[in-house]
Amino acid sequence: MDRALAGMAPGQRLRVRGADPHLGLHLPVWARSRGHAIVDGSVVVAGDAVAPGLASAERAGSPAMVADVASPSWGLAARGALVEAGGPALEVADLHTRDVWSDLAPKLYAQAAAGQWDPATAVDWSPPDLPDEVEAAVVQVMTYLVENEQAALMVPARFLGRMNPHFREAIGFLATQIADEARHVAVFSRRATLTGRPLGISGTGGRASLQTLLDEPEWANASFLLSVLGEGTFLSLLAFLDRHGPDPVTAGIAHLVLQDEARHVAFALGHLGEHVTRDPGCRHRLRAAIERRHDALAQTAGLAPAVHDSLVLLAAGSWEPGAIAVGWDRVQALRSEMGEGRTRRLVRLGFTEVEASQLAALHAESFM
Amino acid sequence: MTEHLLLGAVAYDPKVVTIWDGFRRWFAHHDLAFDYLLYSNYERQVEDLVAGRTDVAWNSPLAWVRAHRLDGRAEAVAMRDTDRDLTSLVVVRHDSGITSVDELSGRTVATGPVDSPQASLLPLALLADVEVDVRRFQTGVGLHGDHIGGERDAARALAAGDVDAACMIDANHLLFTTEGTLPAGGTRVIAQTPPYDHCNMTVVGSESPLLEPFVSLLLGMDFADPSVRPLLELEGLRRWLPGRVLGYRQLEAAVDRWGFYDDKGEVTANAYRP
Repeated sequence: MDRALAGMAPGQRLRVRGADPHLGLHLPVWARSRGHAIVDGSVVVAGDAVAPGLASAERAGSPAMVADVASPSWGLAARGALVEAGGPALEVADLHTRDVWSDLAPKLYAQAAAGQWDPATAVDWSPPDLPDEVEAAVVQVMTYLVENEQAALMVPARFLGRMNPHFREAIGFLATQIADEARHVAVFSRRATLTGRPLGISGTGGRASLQTLLDEPEWANASFLLSVLGEGTFLSLLAFLDRHGPDPVTAGIAHLVLQDEARHVAFALGHLGEHVTRDPGCRHRLRAAIERRHDALAQTAGLAPAVHDSLVLLAAGSWEPGAIAVGWDRVQALRSEMGEGRTRRLVRLGFTEVEASQLAALHAESFM
Repeated sequence: MTEHLLLGAVAYDPKVVTIWDGFRRWFAHHDLAFDYLLYSNYERQVEDLVAGRTDVAWNSPLAWVRAHRLDGRAEAVAMRDTDRDLTSLVVVRHDSGITSVDELSGRTVATGPVDSPQASLLPLALLADVEVDVRRFQTGVGLHGDHIGGERDAARALAAGDVDAACMIDANHLLFTTEGTLPAGGTRVIAQTPPYDHCNMTVVGSESPLLEPFVSLLLGMDFADPSVRPLLELEGLRRWLPGRVLGYRQLEAAVDRWGFYDDKGEVTANAYRP
């Protein structure tokens, strides 16, 4: 009926025939609901109160290429869909510019979707048999890692629901990032409790540091502090645990987590790199974000001594003075590697070597 | 507070808030100070309208009948295009062998709530001369049948074989058949009321200077206007039309026959507790 009436001008008539015994009853009901009239029981007179059709509709961008700005009036429509005028604007998605996007997003999203690993099969969870004090050090490091991963889950989660769905691969990527972090929380928690020891200390300095990440209200700044600087620094830490982990479970999960975190860093470098190319002034805001965070953390304790000492012991393997010296050197090397990594990533975002090195040194003492 | 035109409407569904909030914004955009007040039932809405607490009420047909009996000045200033010429039906199962109203004698008929014009008062008038056992599905009493629940339960009871006939409005026979509550081809209509009219915008003696602009804006709403079309779709119309009252005679007679209100508009129906 709709199809037959679609091309008819108001007032034109359509005779309807059919075998259904209720046709005569239902036809006027149907016509009434669509603004048509009925004459002689079975003739529909096309009404004039019709929807404007698609003349005033607009495309929600193009499927293959994202727009610089996604209109809130596109709502939840698929990228490239023909959007009827009217309907509610998607005001909740106030992050609607290209700043959430990276040209790497489709590729990284596909990699992330394909790279999800199952902790039940990817890790051999046989409980390790370590000296008591070394096991305690591992548990302390896991305790620390869990709260860091928890923050790394919450930061993208806070922004995800504010992003316009036009940038779907970027949203999809962040969804995998959140799933990654949830898995990291799970595996580090499992390793922490694997031998039945109580969990370690959650230091005030570390928690204060993570809180500043949660408090950052700007997407670009939050992504910069969390993923470029924090998770970037964690790449070195995870590689350290992969290398020096005293048992196969610790080394194994550090290895798996490292691959995920490298993707998160790549995405953040991608979208921020494109952002600073479009808007070089953005670098000043990123610099200010590091400085603000540094000031906010100036009066806090930094990395908990328990975590630092645990890293030394874990890399040492025992309290033997010779071994501790080796562990100490390894942690010192880790710290320099972390600083160099941060500097390198800041240079990639267009900071000069000198600036990058200064800013890298302002990053939180507690690594994330 | 500046002078507003105040409309009463019954909150029979959460979408009512969306509808009237949307209209309120639309009227404001067209420089009409308009506000609305939501009621839990039509009886209080009508009493407040007659007492002058609101300027206009979005009334069910039964609420119109009562308003008019309470105050003869009541006038219907507008209605939806979809409020005109509706009918109600008495429906049986196709395999029941029942083909006429008389054959329902001694049998059970399901209706909507006691105050539903379309699923109780009007179709039961078709059965007035037959002794039937009425089983009411009382969802949303006080909403004058706006809540579809009772009518759908009556249809379900018919489909399940728990009753011999069910009363419903023509549009819901189409809806229930389409959604599968009633099996396609599984029912027979044995009686249909003459056409009647449904809701209207009722005014009782309001002297608000905003009344005329309100009606004028209402009648001017254009389905092609994307800012108002979603609201019209939610409210179930394409166009507002001027009110007319000839289409309520059938309901007036049914109200008298079943003693729902007296001729002064007092509620006289038994066991009616909105």
